[in-house]
Amino acid sequence: MNNRMPVRWQRCRRKAANGLMWGIAVIATLIALVPLILVMYYVISQGLPALNLAFFTHMPKPVGEPGGGMANAIIGTCMLVGLASILGLPLGMLGGIYLAEYGNSRLGAAIRFTADVLVSVPSIVIGVLAYSLIVLPMGHFSALAGGFALGLMMIPTVMRTTEEMIRMVPMAQREASLALGVTHFSTIFRVVIVAAKGGIITGILLAVARVAGETAPLLFTAFGNRFWSTDLGQPIASLPVQIYTYAIAPYDDWHAQAWAGALVLVVLILVLSVAARYATKSRFRLVR
Amino acid sequence: MVVAPVPKSMHRSRKLFWNRLIDRSFRWTTLLFALTIPVIIFALVLLLGRFAFPAMHQYRWAFLYTSIWDPVHQHFGVLFAIYGTIISSCLALLIAVPVSLGTAIFLAELAPSWLREPLSFLIELLAAIPSIVYGIWGLLVLVPMLRIVELWLSVHFPTCPLFNGAPYGTGMLAAGIVLAVMILPYITAVSREVIRAVPITQREASLALGATQWETISRPVLRYARTGILGAIILGLGRALGETMAVAMVIGNRADISACIFNPAYTIPSLLANEFAEASDKLHYASLVEGALVLVVLTIIINVIARLLIWSVSGGESQEVHG
Repeated sequence: MNNRMPVRWQRCRRKAANGLMWGIAVIATLIALVPLILVMYYVISQGLPALNLAFFTHMPKPVGEPGGGMANAIIGTCMLVGLASILGLPLGMLGGIYLAEYGNSRLGAAIRFTADVLVSVPSIVIGVLAYSLIVLPMGHFSALAGGFALGLMMIPTVMRTTEEMIRMVPMAQREASLALGVTHFSTIFRVVIVAAKGGIITGILLAVARVAGETAPLLFTAFGNRFWSTDLGQPIASLPVQIYTYAIAPYDDWHAQAWAGALVLVVLILVLSVAARYATKSRFRLVR
Repeated sequence: MVVAPVPKSMHRSRKLFWNRLIDRSFRWTTLLFALTIPVIIFALVLLLGRFAFPAMHQYRWAFLYTSIWDPVHQHFGVLFAIYGTIISSCLALLIAVPVSLGTAIFLAELAPSWLREPLSFLIELLAAIPSIVYGIWGLLVLVPMLRIVELWLSVHFPTCPLFNGAPYGTGMLAAGIVLAVMILPYITAVSREVIRAVPITQREASLALGATQWETISRPVLRYARTGILGAIILGLGRALGETMAVAMVIGNRADISACIFNPAYTIPSLLANEFAEASDKLHYASLVEGALVLVVLTIIINVIARLLIWSVSGGESQEVHG
């Protein structure tokens, strides 16, 4: 008699605990989604009204004059990303080929590990390095230093995505090519890379989009410029730094422009992230 | 006719030789490119150490435990920034960890399968949004909201040392909240991977014994995955320590140590962001580089620990993509 009730009670208690934890997990997930919704809501609702053709084609106006755009910053970001790609893509892609094709050794694991660690090194520290190596000897800020800093940041990301995409190519395809007497070198370039092309390209675009949004390493390398400049040896404007300058200034006009810039950056990155996901039909890692 | 076979075989062996040479040299070339990664890390630490030498020589260890930042009289001690960096990151962990773990458990164990991938993707998108966007959102949306909350708290709990500061809105609390949002996707994604790496047999054994779903998760699954989850949390900590733009925009940037979480503070990255471009004086520059060195050594150590913990559970990320 005494034993029966506690058992039933216990079962009730266990079921209740189960339901409670279910609820907590669901609530946690909803809370995790709140910031995404809030940030997206504000970026769109504040950025969209300020976004027009002039934003893309006009130069910044002095404080107090309405209108103007960020044409110089958009061109600047494109140039910086181009410079970064010249440094980051060959290094990253060839390194990725090594990790995927020859990297099943202890050395490969060590390189993979250091690549993951390098991704997490704070971007501002990369900026400090670029400043000390390029800006100080040159004597002034320059687009070159900014491109160098962004390029360094691209290498590990490009390397790991290239590796993952190449690894997804089935072994049988390599073996078929090797069995025909084709060299490993030609197999990699004519068979493996061709099969992994789509994934590698989207991975690269994603890496490019992410360094395009980096601000910290540009603050004291590319520095920023209120005027039109495409000179690699001179300071150059960039979208993120321009957004930063405008956001911390006390003028409403500038805040509106900063929101518009943020919207452009976010749309660029979201489109590429979604594209990367659907193009490769696999879980593309956004988190490193 | 008689001569033909001889050059042909010579030709063939020569071709074989060339092919082998190309393969070998290609392999070594790619290795060379892959090795740039370790080289960059070593160069980073060594070069920063070299550039920071004047400050190290001048202040020795006092740089780390004094709290003074006076470029005019050339007194530098970075304790306030180390304090701000660590406290803001811990505040972020305090907020982010419970939410992340709940989300990771939901995504890995409870959610219906059609919901898992899209939801995970949405949360990972948080990691793709640039830092500057969180910064502008924090500064122009979150800070004005916090100002109201902080005012209310400081009026109703005037004696609590955590709440008795000036309710500016910008300060340690704002930085903690923004950082929490930024590290949430990292902790969630990695914990989810680690939980999914727990063998299905562990769950089946527990369920077969009559355990409820929650009992199965809390005992065998989480116990199996706890090393990896700890790794995920430390990884989040590493991210929070090095985060620059968003923090620089909302933390208020005051070189001060205060127990109150409303008060403005400073972190090493935000100190660098604000002062590095203007540091014309040699000692000022060297001190800032030493700050950067402290930061980079701290993040490298934390990341090595975190990734070793994660790898010990999930066995390296690349293998998993294979399957």
